Order: sequence, then structure tokens, then C-alpha cells
Amino acid sequence: MNKLLERLKNGEILIADGAIGTMLFERGLKSGECPEAMNLSRLDVLEDIARLYLDAGADIIQSNTFGGSPLKLASYSLADEAPLINRNAVSAVSRVVSGKAYVSASCGPCGQILKPYGDTDPEIVYKSFEIQMQAFFESGCDVICIETMMDLAEMLLALKAARKMAPGIPVMATMTFDATPKGFFTIMGVTIEKAACTLEEAGADVIGSNCGNGIEDMIRIAREYRKHTTLPLIIQSNAGLPVIENGELVYPESPEFMAEKAKELVDAGVSIIGGCCGTGPAHIRAIRNSISTFTECHK
Amino acid sequence: MELLDQISFNLQNGFDKIVASLTKDAVEKQIPPKEILSNGLIAGMNIVGEKFKNHDIFLPDVLLAARAMNGAMEVLKPLLIKEGIPIRGKVVIGSVKDDLHDIGKNLVAILLKGAGFEVIDLGNDVPAEKFISVAREENAHVIGMSALLTTTMPVMKKVVDLAKDEGLFGKIRIVIGGAPVSKEYALEIGADAYSYDGANAVETVESFFPANSQ
Repeated sequence: MNKLLERLKNGEILIADGAIGTMLFERGLKSGECPEAMNLSRLDVLEDIARLYLDAGADIIQSNTFGGSPLKLASYSLADEAPLINRNAVSAVSRVVSGKAYVSASCGPCGQILKPYGDTDPEIVYKSFEIQMQAFFESGCDVICIETMMDLAEMLLALKAARKMAPGIPVMATMTFDATPKGFFTIMGVTIEKAACTLEEAGADVIGSNCGNGIEDMIRIAREYRKHTTLPLIIQSNAGLPVIENGELVYPESPEFMAEKAKELVDAGVSIIGGCCGTGPAHIRAIRNSISTFTECHK
Repeated sequence: MELLDQISFNLQNGFDKIVASLTKDAVEKQIPPKEILSNGLIAGMNIVGEKFKNHDIFLPDVLLAARAMNGAMEVLKPLLIKEGIPIRGKVVIGSVKDDLHDIGKNLVAILLKGAGFEVIDLGNDVPAEKFISVAREENAHVIGMSALLTTTMPVMKKVVDLAKDEGLFGKIRIVIGGAPVSKEYALEIGADAYSYDGANAVETVESFFPANSQ
């Protein structure tokens, strides 16, 4: 069995990294530019970010490939560069972590609405994911993370592409839910129960949620997932939902707050805890320390 | 069931071919186009909008209903134009410059069209100047802007500032939305309103037209 999955099966709690986007902006990415274009020119930046998260104590570090599927890159006329863009990003993280953490290849939505609701042919979406997954496989990632999905049909296409093009690589599948007065749903109307059952049946290795919520709602999401699946769970929470302070947008949840609340994620049965929008190395370091202490006490 | 109720019912269920065919039937039966629009199509879309707002249905259902609406409008539009029936209001909409997200904006455009407004969709990555120039040329009543990135939100302020500079402020109402946008931000930059979702965007735009909002 894959080492990562074995550790999860043994009940270990692993820490994933936080957001990448903000750090790219701090390091030269201009508003409106393709974040993945940095993978062609600024490998130093990718390495720098991976190092910060490794030093913060993350066990799993993601590649800057969220928008790296050819279909998504097409809006920046970069579709043909997809294989290189994805391979470069995974390799950059691998060089930095050199076995000290797992390299997780991130795959986000294609940015189109699939037929019959939208205009995009599912076959085109599948082919696009195949190209990205093949690049992940060739560059030697440890795990693939398909994330921020809202449409289960698209998630299943990405999962199928991962299985075909990256055999033997574990796949984590996370969806983004909105909190409504009637419970949690993705924008496409997928419930947590539906996501859990479908993803488990489709053969995902780790399932869960990222983005869209602060950590308190993520605890509720995790508890709901746990009711419907025995698979290991991953939660990557935003540092809250953004608010405006003195004209600046801020994510309100502090590293200390998230670190304290992260213990409740462990109690809810979550195996991998990381961050999404608004989280940085300080959040990951605080969560790392809090969870290490917490699990020591509960041994 | 009456023909117009059938149109509404089938539209709510997203049966586009049936809605188009029933709309043709209604036209052949000499039902006035405005009545088909108001009591069939818009009546159906209003229910869809209400259910969507209440989280009883989701984006896929809205997209199918909107497709049915658009199909029926192909049939009705030439007739409405011929009869010179005034549109409810004209909205220029787009995602702001440097922002390539457009799912939310598209949804708002669909819902506004569904509610009977004329919508000029400028797409995504729209510069501030373009919102203003098109709104001026088209004599639009409303500018709707979406931003999904915190980094692109300042374009919204630029549009409000430009509107003030050009004396359009107060004549053209400006409504903003998108995940990182808030009511506070709308207040801060001086936009007329903030909408938290698609259904609310329609309510907000409707509130600008008290006279003909029936």
C-alpha cells in the first residue's frame, strides 16, 4: 500500500499546506495574469513557497497547478504549455521537499459548465484532465488532489482521468460547499451525503472539502461527511470569509483561532488538515503545533 | 391546465422544446405576446427564481429553465419588437477587468433576462471605461459588475468614480456583486447597491424601477 494511505490508515493526522495565490502576488504575480504562468518563468518562487510551508511543518505540499488543465489555461492562450506547466510545478515542490513531505498535485475545475446545463462537452473536459494527470504522473507526484469542485460530474471525469493516466497514485477529492439555511450544498446542488457516497463509490482514496467556509462550518461539514463514509477525510479551510477592514480585504481567522478549532476537526474524524484562501505559513505552523500536542495527549 | 400555465410549468422543469412549441401555439391562438411573456414565461421564471433563492433548487435547474426561456424568447422577440412593447429596463453587465470568472455574472444575466430586462453582457475582463461608454451609448438604466477576486475589486470603484465624473451618477444605477464583495464595500465606494446572489440581483434591479415593476 502507498505510504501516505498507510499512515492515514494507522490513524496518523497529517498537516497540509495553506494558500498559494496570495504568496504568488507578493512575489511578482500581477493581477489578471495566469498564476500557473509562473511555472514557466519563476521556479524560484515556487520553490520559495514550498520551502516556507515545509518549514512551517506541513506533511503535504501542493503544486501550483490548480488552474493547470489545458481547458482552463486556454483562457490565457497557454493550453499547449499545459504539460510543461504541470511538470515544472510538481518538480519544483519535489526538489524542495526531497522526501521530507508528500508532493500533492493540485487539480481544480475547468471553469466551464458541462452539458446538459452548460455548453461544454464532457468528453472535452475529460481529455483536458487526461493531459494534466499524465503530466502529474510523469513528474512523480505522491498524491493528486482534485479540489474546489462543485459539479460531481466534473469531479468524476477528473477522477477517471487520474486513475487512467496516473495509475497507483492516490487521489484526494474535495468539494466546495455553501452554508445555506437548509444545510450545505455545492452551487450545483450536491449535498455532503451525495458527495461522500458518490466519491467513495468512484474509488477516491481520501475525500473532503476545501474553500468556501471558515473553520467552524468546516467542522460541521466534516461531521456530516463522517456519517456517510469510512474513507479518510481531508479538510482545507479558508481563514474565514473575507471582510473589509479600512478598505482592505482581510480573512478574519487568526492562526491561533484556526489552530484551536483544528482539534475539533480531529475529533470529527479528519485525517488531513490544511488551509485554503487566507491561510499562510503562520496558520499552518500554528495548526501543526496544536495538532501535535493534541494527538500526543490523546495517545 | 391553461396554455400559459402549461408554459410556466414546463419552463420551471426546463423542458425547452415543449416551452418553445407551446409558445408557438399561444402565438397562433392570438394570445398577445406581452401576455405570453408576463403570464407564461416570466411567471415561470419568477417561481424558478424564488425556489433558487430558497435553496429548493440549484444552478442546474436554473440553467435549464433559462435555456427554455431563451428558446421561447426567440419566438416572441420579433413580435414584441413589432408591437413596440417597451422593455422593462436595460442593464449593462460584466465581470470587471482582470477577472476571468463569469459563472456568477452569467447567472445574473440569465435571471435578469428571465425577469424581462434587456441585458447587454460585456463578458469578462471588462475595463472600467467600457462599462461607462456602453452604458452611455445604449442609454442603459443599470450597470451590474461582478468580481470574484479581491485584487480586481478596485475596478468597481473606478467605474463609480468615472460615472460621477461624467455626470452619470444618479442617472445610471450601479449594482455590484461577487464572492469577496460586500454591502460595506458597496457603501464605501458609493455604488447604489450590493447583491448577495443572482435572485437578489434581480430583486435589486427591480427595486430601481418601482413604476413598472407590477
